[in-house]
Amino acid sequence: MSLVETLRSGLEAILGHRLRSALTVLGILIGIAAVILTVGLGEGATSSVNSAIANLGTNLLIVTPGSSSSGGIQGGFGSDTTLTYADAKDLSSRIDCPDIDAVAPTATTVANVTAGTKNWTTLIIGTTAAWPTVRSRTLAVGTFFSAAQVKDQAGVAVLGATTAEKLGLGANAIGETIDIGNVPLTLIGVLAPQGSLGGTNEDDMVLLPITLDQSQIQGSDSVQTIFLKADSQSTLGAAYTEATDELLSVHQITTPSKADFTITSQASIEATATSVDKTLTLLLAGIAAISLLVGGIGVMNIMLVSVTERRREIGLRKALGATPSAIRRQFLVEASVLGLAGGILGSSLGLLGALILPHFISTTIAIVWWAVAGSIGVALAIGLSFGVYPATRAARLTPMEALRSE
Amino acid sequence: MAHVPLESAQTHSPELVSEHPSEREPSGPRERGDASPIVELVDIHKRYQTGALSVDALRGVSLRIDEGEFVAIIGPSGSGKSTLMHILGCLDHPSSGSYHLAGVDVSHMDEVQLADVRNRRIGFVFQQFNLLGALSACRNVELPLVYAGVDRRERKQRAIASLARVDLANRSEHRPNELSGGQQQRVAVARALVNEPTLVLADEPTGNLDSSSAADVLGLLSELHRSGRTVVLITHDTQTANTAQRVVRLRDGLIQSDEATPHGGSRS
Repeated sequence: MSLVETLRSGLEAILGHRLRSALTVLGILIGIAAVILTVGLGEGATSSVNSAIANLGTNLLIVTPGSSSSGGIQGGFGSDTTLTYADAKDLSSRIDCPDIDAVAPTATTVANVTAGTKNWTTLIIGTTAAWPTVRSRTLAVGTFFSAAQVKDQAGVAVLGATTAEKLGLGANAIGETIDIGNVPLTLIGVLAPQGSLGGTNEDDMVLLPITLDQSQIQGSDSVQTIFLKADSQSTLGAAYTEATDELLSVHQITTPSKADFTITSQASIEATATSVDKTLTLLLAGIAAISLLVGGIGVMNIMLVSVTERRREIGLRKALGATPSAIRRQFLVEASVLGLAGGILGSSLGLLGALILPHFISTTIAIVWWAVAGSIGVALAIGLSFGVYPATRAARLTPMEALRSE
Repeated sequence: MAHVPLESAQTHSPELVSEHPSEREPSGPRERGDASPIVELVDIHKRYQTGALSVDALRGVSLRIDEGEFVAIIGPSGSGKSTLMHILGCLDHPSSGSYHLAGVDVSHMDEVQLADVRNRRIGFVFQQFNLLGALSACRNVELPLVYAGVDRRERKQRAIASLARVDLANRSEHRPNELSGGQQQRVAVARALVNEPTLVLADEPTGNLDSSSAADVLGLLSELHRSGRTVVLITHDTQTANTAQRVVRLRDGLIQSDEATPHGGSRS
């Protein structure tokens, strides 16, 4: 019996038992769609987190204060006020820290900003001229403040795109005056939009010289974060060591384990986030794989039932001259066609889901082609491997006992 | 109805007849005795073993059926007639004894060889019709040709021709459940004929039919006989058996009697 004939017989049997075939296909279909969606979800989350982290700026080190302790209650990381603008200036020294290219301390507070008749409450960030370099940001219009303006405590401000919009300040608003409390500031630039990172809108902020901020608005010389930019990826490690040593020495700490600050790198944040996402993807894919396995066992179950139910047919085919191998091939073809149909329909459903679902839930689902191709292959393999046992049983039936069964 | 000489069937597998060149002589109406034997059973025993219990279904059956004969095998249930039918149909091996089908010893063949013998030599008609419900009448009739490796176009032609022989050419695309019981059994007869078998084996073919459909199917078998085909009819019913030319009566695994019916020997 030729392959074409075997295929034809298999298809006839599948179409002849529509409900049973549909249920078998459904089992595999769900498994495959689940694999594609979960892998896509995992990959989508990983890539969106990674791009957000990359947006922090490249070759970045982030220095945050240690934890504060008040009356025996330990605050969290960054709650202390041990980092100052002076620390940032020390870290800028090319002599002490040759591998640190740029330093941007940020002193952050929340305040209400007014512009004409409009007002908006947002983050007020005092920083230095190096901020755009360190954070890989560009300006949509105008200029950022210069080192000289920082030194002179110049009354100038740069707005995030969202903030500018909320205050009704368009592209031609350069030179307008905005007020924070009773400190008037001249608008000199608006940042290009960036998007959000981990719930923080990177476009909603007011940037002003840290010197002015600390003297007029914050009234303190502490900073929440110091961003350091290394010369290159390869000198990031050296920059890390230099920054640690410099801060330990200026803070007069001799035991590194008692440091009152923490330095993390963008790479380490990314690695952590990636490993979390990988774990999540693995977990989801594991669950999906189990559902695929269940689908496969479903195929075997239905094929076995089918062998029992179709003993007469098997007996008849044998009486008419089918050899055991022809019967085995027929059942194998049936099982693998069902598997393949499940695989193709399941991937279509998965792909459709990957295209449609992001419109309803706020996550991206990546279309992972290896998962699509792989799951179709797996579905075919499931059909074949879980079909072997039923097919062998069918082939072993003697025509007589098969014909006799009711 | 076309007369199909036996030779046309034998050309499918010349190796099976090489030992008996005499079979290739032109066939035609002959007297019993000088025709070549289609079936030659010698001292056939069949024992079924189920755990500690063993049943002797056949206890030494010897039977010769010549080309062109119409033989009924009759017996009550438990007489061994089903077992005999299975052995005749190469569906089962005898425990001992020899079976020559068209001159070839089939008692020691393996499963693959037997499948080939069934495919080329034997046309089955069953009590339950055994048509595949998912397939059209035509596809059902084609099945033996599929396993014989006949190409698609020829299969279709031969299936239609075979259906025409049972007056069902106009029902070729109907599914079995769209046909009456009698029509279904006629489709089964068409399927049994499509491979031009040496031997047509009908196992209680009228058991599931009303009397008029039964007469119809028996008439069809008689017609096959008249056209020169060898037909073996297994039944428990004396009246049905009397359609045949010769009646072999089985009892307790032995042949009790073997005699010609009133119209035995004649072909009309």
